[in-house]
Amino acid sequence: MLKNRIIPCLDVKNGRVVKGINFVELKDAGDPVEQAKIYSDGGADEICFLDITASNENRETIIEIVRKTAKECFVPLTVGGGVRTIQNITDLLLAGADKVSINTAAVKNVDFIKEASKKFGSQCIVVAIDAKKVSDNKWEVFTHGGRNKTGIDAIKFAKQVEKNGAGEILLTSMDKDGTKSGYDIDLLKEITNSTNIPVIASGGVGTLDHLYDGIVKGGASAVLAASIFHYGEYKIKDAKEYLNSKNVSVRL
Amino acid sequence: MNVTIVDYQSGNISSVINSFTEVAKGKVNIEVTSDIKKIKSSDKIVLPGQGSFKSCVDSLNQIKGLVDTLKEFAITNKKPLLGICVGLQMFADIGYEEAETKGLGWISGKVSKINNQKGKFKLPHIGWNEIEIQKESKIFKDVKNKSHMYFVHSYEFIPEDKSVISSITNYSSKIVCSVEKDNLFGTQFHPEKSDKIGLKVIDNFLKL
Repeated sequence: MLKNRIIPCLDVKNGRVVKGINFVELKDAGDPVEQAKIYSDGGADEICFLDITASNENRETIIEIVRKTAKECFVPLTVGGGVRTIQNITDLLLAGADKVSINTAAVKNVDFIKEASKKFGSQCIVVAIDAKKVSDNKWEVFTHGGRNKTGIDAIKFAKQVEKNGAGEILLTSMDKDGTKSGYDIDLLKEITNSTNIPVIASGGVGTLDHLYDGIVKGGASAVLAASIFHYGEYKIKDAKEYLNSKNVSVRL
Repeated sequence: MNVTIVDYQSGNISSVINSFTEVAKGKVNIEVTSDIKKIKSSDKIVLPGQGSFKSCVDSLNQIKGLVDTLKEFAITNKKPLLGICVGLQMFADIGYEEAETKGLGWISGKVSKINNQKGKFKLPHIGWNEIEIQKESKIFKDVKNKSHMYFVHSYEFIPEDKSVISSITNYSSKIVCSVEKDNLFGTQFHPEKSDKIGLKVIDNFLKL
């Protein structure tokens, strides 16, 4: 049986982890490579880097981090943030990323997904959708960390990226992100029911129960979380043991 | 010992290179190339493959003499070859991804889309799944039955002769996830991305 994945996400800015893990065993709390290694040794099913570096000049930094991480972590590595061109994808994959997550570039031009999946294969193209609730059962796609409204319906967009060859959808609720009050389950349900590709739930995790809800109530294939792992509240192992105890199948 | 990872522009092979390099550290020389001479003189070959069946076969055919060299290596000379993902799928006679495409024809069978029961199961089959070992395989030495491996694919290899199947996994149906036929090895899962147990499979192959 296919296991539900637990994916810790590390926000990286100018080569350093923002909101890093506070584990005592860390030598350098800001080093993304070291943190990724701790997660992978701890049983993470996948590692996600989100590059929040604002300027283009610093693109090289994330590539160097990916290169180092890929030599030490032998689980899938997904990298997102600022992926706008075919060249960006090529650079990241050559450095050792297994998947790239595309956000703004997909919203601006949905055919970019077609081009990217045709060139690299669907298996490495994740489309990150940031959605915000606009009315009952209606969500809209936002870009730039939830600042820019696009007028695009999130459910329609999800269907379209699937059609264009996306291998997975990374779905973040902008209403829930950072609140620690749980995923937006209604949104998750809508998207998982209207698409046939795996959906990774993101945004809002504060407790292990939230992970359970994302999988069981929301239908997510994988759950992504940042802060509950970063601050050492829970280890990956805790999350897996908890889910397992509630009959959710995970890789132990 | 020289092990060649065949670089035929089949997409992203960085992870394959990284993991083999890690396991081979100081013991085995890993070469990444499409150079026919180097391939001929190596002791073992790794044939990765990402993207569609058609695009991988097309890329193999783009490099003059490569298919014949691989055939001579694996079929005539019976030297060890490991196909990963589409690298395994290409062992088949025919594949149906994108368009009907002729495979290498090393192990009779076809590659067709996983039957996901009319959308009941998501495709691609992405993530960690347990392998059920069907027969003893040299690359599964010290690998426990029901070990978790990392998968990402929408198509499956269906060999005619079921005795080549060394493990299967349970998804929407039982999916072939590895084969062994004499010196030919193939995994549908990605050992290079399957954590320590995946590295063990690689280690077993390098130690053959």
